[in-house]
Amino acid sequence: MAEKKVCLNGTGLTKVFGFGRTRTVAVDNVNFNFYEGEVISIVGESGSGKTTLAKLLLGLINPTEGDIYFQGQKRDISTQRKRLDYWRNIQAIFQDPFSSYNIFNKIDAVLLDCINMRGGRGFPRAKKVEMMTEACSFVNLKFAELTNKYPFELSGGQMQRLMIARIFLLMPKILLADEPTSMIDACSRATILDMLMGLRDEIGMTIIFITHDLGLAYYVSDSVYIMEHGKFVESGSADEVILRPKQAYTKRLINDVPKIYEEWDLSTV
Amino acid sequence: MGKTILEVNELTTRYVTRFGENIYAVDHVSLKVEEGKSLGVAGESGCGKSTLALSLMGYYFPPLHYTSGQIIIDGRNISGMKPDDVRKSILGKEIAYIPQAAMNALNPTQKIIRFVEDVIRVHEPSADKKAIYERACTLFETVGLPPQVLEKYAVELSGGMKQRTVIAIAVLLSPKVLIADEPSSALDVTSQKMVIKMLKQLLNDGMVGSLIFITHELPLLYNVTDDIMVMYAGQVVERGGAHKAVFDPLHPYSKGLMGSIIVPEEGLRDVKLTAIPGVPPNLKNPPSGCRFAERCKYVQPECIVNSVGLRKVDGERIYRCIFSEQELREAYQNG
Repeated sequence: MAEKKVCLNGTGLTKVFGFGRTRTVAVDNVNFNFYEGEVISIVGESGSGKTTLAKLLLGLINPTEGDIYFQGQKRDISTQRKRLDYWRNIQAIFQDPFSSYNIFNKIDAVLLDCINMRGGRGFPRAKKVEMMTEACSFVNLKFAELTNKYPFELSGGQMQRLMIARIFLLMPKILLADEPTSMIDACSRATILDMLMGLRDEIGMTIIFITHDLGLAYYVSDSVYIMEHGKFVESGSADEVILRPKQAYTKRLINDVPKIYEEWDLSTV
Repeated sequence: MGKTILEVNELTTRYVTRFGENIYAVDHVSLKVEEGKSLGVAGESGCGKSTLALSLMGYYFPPLHYTSGQIIIDGRNISGMKPDDVRKSILGKEIAYIPQAAMNALNPTQKIIRFVEDVIRVHEPSADKKAIYERACTLFETVGLPPQVLEKYAVELSGGMKQRTVIAIAVLLSPKVLIADEPSSALDVTSQKMVIKMLKQLLNDGMVGSLIFITHELPLLYNVTDDIMVMYAGQVVERGGAHKAVFDPLHPYSKGLMGSIIVPEEGLRDVKLTAIPGVPPNLKNPPSGCRFAERCKYVQPECIVNSVGLRKVDGERIYRCIFSEQELREAYQNG
């Protein structure tokens, strides 16, 4: 097997909110190496700092301490232009599809933006339509039915799929999915996951799942990081972490998920 | 066999849109819950789970309208009652409801004890403030919540705590039926487990007569309820014991649902998830035949034309399909 290339890594990443009495360490001296083409899950309870870490990775907030390296180079997002360049490589899908879209933009505008961002500004209209149709058909949406509609006219599952169509056009190196399936029901979840996995095979990107659903983490990911109070307490391959957990915290988390083949022990709360 | 607490016969309710169209969100639903038992309702979003909950407690405010059918609680027919009468004599005492967004159900400007007073005063107008406080304290202690919660504001409580407080308030008057509409969907796994433990404990201690649990998380439903009812596009498509419904589903839709379960257990990583293609039908013009026909793998020409009735197998188990049990099993085996 060829040696795995590090896609994104961080050293001593720390984020502190507030000061004095209200000082909160949301992300506490976190180190990680995310390899290219891998699916990574970051699992933790609410308040464990998952979303703060996601914002740090996306460059939406600046770390208090520590550095993030993208493909071996130190990430530089000091100016807006550099930040936009960085965002060509890393994109995100958020938890709530209903608040992820600009409500004034129609769906074609949403997708056209993506084409323009990938240097397709000068393409003839026909080519753009063809690209958008292809992206929509990848996620089982019909582009012809979507033109002239606003995102809020779609259902939650459709919106989340449109989000994946955006990613299909943008072709980032890294996709950060922050609880992409927690707002949609279990039946559409399988569809969304299938599409994300298909997309990974298609354009060979790294996917970082941020989730509290251990079942999901176990099903999709190659490596799993367990987060508690801003620290990674356990990491390793999915089989290792989920089936043979070492830390008490991980054991407790796994114990708390409802099971169907094993007895679910309600006494340990 | 225990005493039947809740019996619903052919309940139909509809939404009326601005343009006068009728949308039958609950379509001839029948169910039965016995004392001390629980029923789980599963289904996709938009299949009428929450409307069923609202209809059961007689919460008919426009655009929701009652159409036909009976709701019998402990021998008393409450269908067709006025919402105001329902609030005074049914809610809290006979049926209690835990809303989906229990997080936001508590007014942030009031102490928790005020909600308790509100609930008790509606049913016992002469109740004394001190007596209510003591009563609430004992109840909160029995359900495992510190009584100090009563003196707090909603914003001072964590999400899981708020949810459990809402449940405690809902069961103040020992309702015969408790309807929990996705009580744990916004909570993380640990708080979810606490909520589930509390619900099960309430049921075992007899503080609630029976439980109707609505969710789309099947592993959860399997662990909580005795029976599972699967709804699709406003209709019941399958109802049966929890174990059978999960491990041996009959209706093709339930089969699809069970195929989308993911749990962190050994060996499940390599199982391929089976997503059901397509979207549910628009209930404005529901298909004349089987509502699932469009998405069904085993669809037959007559499925699309004729409406499909419910079939009964092994006594209590029902499903809605043109195929017999035998034929369905063979079809599943052949893939």
